[in-house]
Amino acid sequence: MAKVLMKGNEALAESCLRAGCRFFSGYPITPQTEILEYLCWRMDEVGGDCVQTESELAGVNMLLGAAAGGMRALTTTAGPGFSLKQEGISYLCGSDLPAVIVDVQRIGDALGDIFMGQGDYWQLTRGGGHGDYRTIVLAPESVQESVDLAYGAFDLAEKYRHPVLIATDATIGQMIEPVELPPMTEHDVDTYDWALKPREEGEPQRAIWNRYWDWEDGGRKYPAYCLEKYGKMEAEEQRWECVQTEDAEIVMVAYGTSARVAKSAIAIARKEGIKLGLLRPITLWPFPQKAFDELEAGGKVKAILDVERNILGQMKDDIVLATGNRIPVEFYGEYWDNMNEFKIVEYVKEMLGRY
Amino acid sequence: MIEIICSGIGGQGVLVAGMVLADIAMEDGKNVSWYPSYGFEMRGGAANCEVKIGDEDLQSPYCYEPDILLTMSESAIDSFEERLKPGGVLLVNSSLVNPDRKYRDDIKVIKVPATDIANKLDNHRGTNIIMLGALAGASDLYDVDHVRDGMNHYFEKKGKNNPKNVAAFDAGAEAAAQQI
Repeated sequence: MAKVLMKGNEALAESCLRAGCRFFSGYPITPQTEILEYLCWRMDEVGGDCVQTESELAGVNMLLGAAAGGMRALTTTAGPGFSLKQEGISYLCGSDLPAVIVDVQRIGDALGDIFMGQGDYWQLTRGGGHGDYRTIVLAPESVQESVDLAYGAFDLAEKYRHPVLIATDATIGQMIEPVELPPMTEHDVDTYDWALKPREEGEPQRAIWNRYWDWEDGGRKYPAYCLEKYGKMEAEEQRWECVQTEDAEIVMVAYGTSARVAKSAIAIARKEGIKLGLLRPITLWPFPQKAFDELEAGGKVKAILDVERNILGQMKDDIVLATGNRIPVEFYGEYWDNMNEFKIVEYVKEMLGRY
Repeated sequence: MIEIICSGIGGQGVLVAGMVLADIAMEDGKNVSWYPSYGFEMRGGAANCEVKIGDEDLQSPYCYEPDILLTMSESAIDSFEERLKPGGVLLVNSSLVNPDRKYRDDIKVIKVPATDIANKLDNHRGTNIIMLGALAGASDLYDVDHVRDGMNHYFEKKGKNNPKNVAAFDAGAEAAAQQI
């Protein structure tokens, strides 16, 4: 299929439709608004429903209803709106409902600003809602990868009966790149026997509620069920990309747009004879522990550099956990300015003096 | 790899100028990324886009050493002149820029009175197309006929090619050619 030029947000929206998503509910917020805008007209063409809700909270709760009915459902937001979605994400997890939620990250706490940022890592990976849950978090680095990950996200959500989060950012959402779109598919709302539908007389009742009520023992087995489910995600769903890590003395860890800039930094560094590599988590949760194990087994790495567009180096926590403090980890961050490959290389040179 | 920044004021069409270049690159089978940046305002705020074009895999979408800087306002020059690669081309909409302004001496400055030309052609919204023509005429990275065809193709694909575009484009290309 021929490539087309598409904006990250619109390409992601189109990919969700092609994966069989026929329900969207959400609220506009920069830098995410193009998804809502696009689906407002495009959803009509494919016979689905797109609702601009009165708030983000209504958006995620309407999504919960559509998911309970067996639909492939999507809601999208950014920064402040993602905070408002948290209650609904907890409810989706508690009810074992598959759905896809996209956070097009922007800068700042509170209202922040409309510009590029990667400040939601903790909220994405720890879960900002109440209770005891995890969610798979997919982090694309390009328009094409936004399409590819979104296309598979609904299958992944249904495989586990669990919401899947996609973490893009203002740069990936706003930028335009050539992209190849996957084929259009339809999803049957009666695919799964747990989905709600009008009941014939004599048919057993179906309920979407706190999942532990489904066990006749009053939910005593629910913790083991959860541990098995999350354990399976951790075992089977870790995804990552390694770039020139085989001989690297300094390995950057970066996701999304920061990973793209990190790749540019590798090209500059290698020309100067600096052995620089990149480990790019594609799943932020489950964090790619296996990749870090391989990296450590290789024995070449002197230190790791966490590269993120935020102030506190949020992902550093996970890198330290993954390496058990056996490899030193430093953080390089930008906040107001775009990530800059030349500055990263300067930092790496300073770093090499320390290890 | 070619890096281009198109910068000006929201409403002048700098994002569209960059999109035409991105589309030409894609139709030529090249890798390309187009990244916009703008403020809250629909019109009147700073707006720019960074376009990267290459045969190889493109990574960072940000342009720190542009080969070409297409500016449509004085503030755009203030923001980006410093980044331009030595020997790079700076396109200036001289209708809106102080004629005594000093520029770096290691770059090629092409001054096109685009707003005045647009008024003369009775095509007030065509300033960006005039500057696009100037870019094609001034840079040896581009061929004027190829960019004109690409521009027409881009607008035809969108279903609305203003017949005045070609005249605007050619006026810009000509104004630039006189300065090389």
